[in-house]
Amino acid sequence: MKKSAIPDPFEQTRLEKGVGEMNEQNDPIVMVLRHKDVRRCAHKWQTFQSGAQPGRIVIPSEVAIRDTRQIPFELDPPQHGAYRTLVEAWFKRPLQEAYQAQLSQQINAIVDEALSRDQVEVVSEFSLPLQSRALTLLLNIPYSEAATWISWGTHVFRSEDDPLDKSKANILYDYIDRQIDQAIKNPGEDLYSVLLNSEIEGHKLNREEVKGVMILTFAGGRDTVINAVTNSIAYFADHPESLELIRKQPDITGKAVEELIRYFAPLTHMGRVATQDTQVCEHAVKADSRISLCWASANRDASVFENPNEVILDRKINPHVSFGFSHHNCLGATHARQILKTLLQVLAQKVQSIDLLATEDNIEEWGNFKRKVGYHQINVHFNAK
Amino acid sequence: MAKITFITSDHETITVEGTSGSVMQLAVKNNIQGIDGDCGGVCSCATCHVHVPTEFQDKTGKASEIEKDMLEFEDNANESSRLSCQLDISEALDGIVLHIAN
Ligand code: HEM
Ligand code: FES
Repeated sequence: MKKSAIPDPFEQTRLEKGVGEMNEQNDPIVMVLRHKDVRRCAHKWQTFQSGAQPGRIVIPSEVAIRDTRQIPFELDPPQHGAYRTLVEAWFKRPLQEAYQAQLSQQINAIVDEALSRDQVEVVSEFSLPLQSRALTLLLNIPYSEAATWISWGTHVFRSEDDPLDKSKANILYDYIDRQIDQAIKNPGEDLYSVLLNSEIEGHKLNREEVKGVMILTFAGGRDTVINAVTNSIAYFADHPESLELIRKQPDITGKAVEELIRYFAPLTHMGRVATQDTQVCEHAVKADSRISLCWASANRDASVFENPNEVILDRKINPHVSFGFSHHNCLGATHARQILKTLLQVLAQKVQSIDLLATEDNIEEWGNFKRKVGYHQINVHFNAK
Repeated sequence: MAKITFITSDHETITVEGTSGSVMQLAVKNNIQGIDGDCGGVCSCATCHVHVPTEFQDKTGKASEIEKDMLEFEDNANESSRLSCQLDISEALDGIVLHIAN
């Protein structure tokens, strides 16, 4: 198996039972594994809610370390829609030409730097700076702020071994509190100020609501983008012919981005809480217990995707659920897609090949399932065209 | 060359011409309101949902199973629903009128 491969640990259980089981902080989870069921459950918010106790639909649960409700993520319709409408246009800004030009400049600079060096550790020296700098565009704040986020390293927001350790998460929460204070004192054109100034159902968003949106924007867009970028570099290192294909047929870049995102599924799954006794695949789900929508498993469902374990860059029909499904689908997807599209364009233009020197996989454990989601470390050498 | 008319949910009527690509791409290029084409046309976002009036349905043909499964969960979906990224532009579509779902 190639080093860049992301195996599917769910196949057998998906075929045989349709659901997996895991336990976590004494709050068990029924993992929904089939494409059709994942979409159905994501759609049925009346039965499978997001608006549970803050932190509970995240896996591992953040109930012990967070009180702030993430918005619009931990809300259900119709409230969800009201908040989402407030920010939707803002999250579409990556479609603007000026935004795309700046992003392209950033990614060109990062690739140029990588080309100039003997060896690059992709996660910390390529993907983290790329993600952080790009986020300054999404928040519309000065580029220099990225240095702070880069300095946090990749293991911020959550203690790897102890989901009950508050100190990591507090780095982010305290930081956002300070930024909100500043935006109150000196309003500008940034996302904090825009949120502080917006109104919902006749009242101004309060501080806790603004904080809820900002925590989500930071947390939701960090590891996901870092893994997507890192895994793309690993993939092209293993598949120089794919880089050549994009060079020759730039028209397929959009499809290639969707296919890589399908294959990587940077967010493995996300929880919901059952509002009533119900069932999934004939498996009983009790009221007030958790299920998870396993995007990673659904993306490999052979009843929907031909050769699901292969990357087919110009896959034409690709109803993947890496960005979720239905009303909670990813708000950051426009930004994430633009990052990957630009990355592929710049790589195709400037990079001949990438040598994989050393890799250390990042393997998640969900009950008995072990899933590779990316890398802790990956050392490469970039060869210029 | 095909002339395609879009009627938006605000009842605005816009006619544009296209020669190749998908109807979604043509709509996005012309900034037609209600067609976003987020996924670029691979059938994973449904932000390209249109209704095809009965009289034009033999021009477009039928939705594939995968497209139908996607539409099943969409607001405003009915018998006449299609994802416009799955409609390739050709002479056959000349004169068609499409109602944008969202
Ligand atoms: C490749 C990168 C990304 C992937 C794979 C990803 C994946 C997802 C998924 C699966 C969901 C649905 C969660 C659910 O149904 O409960 C989601 C929601 C969300 N994502 Fe992303 N995400 C990515 C990047 C980003 C970025 C860059 C941001 C912003 C900076 C972001 C912000 C959000 C927000 C705000 C939501 C909640 C939307 C709502 O509840 O209405 N994501 N994301
Ligand atoms: S453009 Fe995404 S489904 Fe048609």
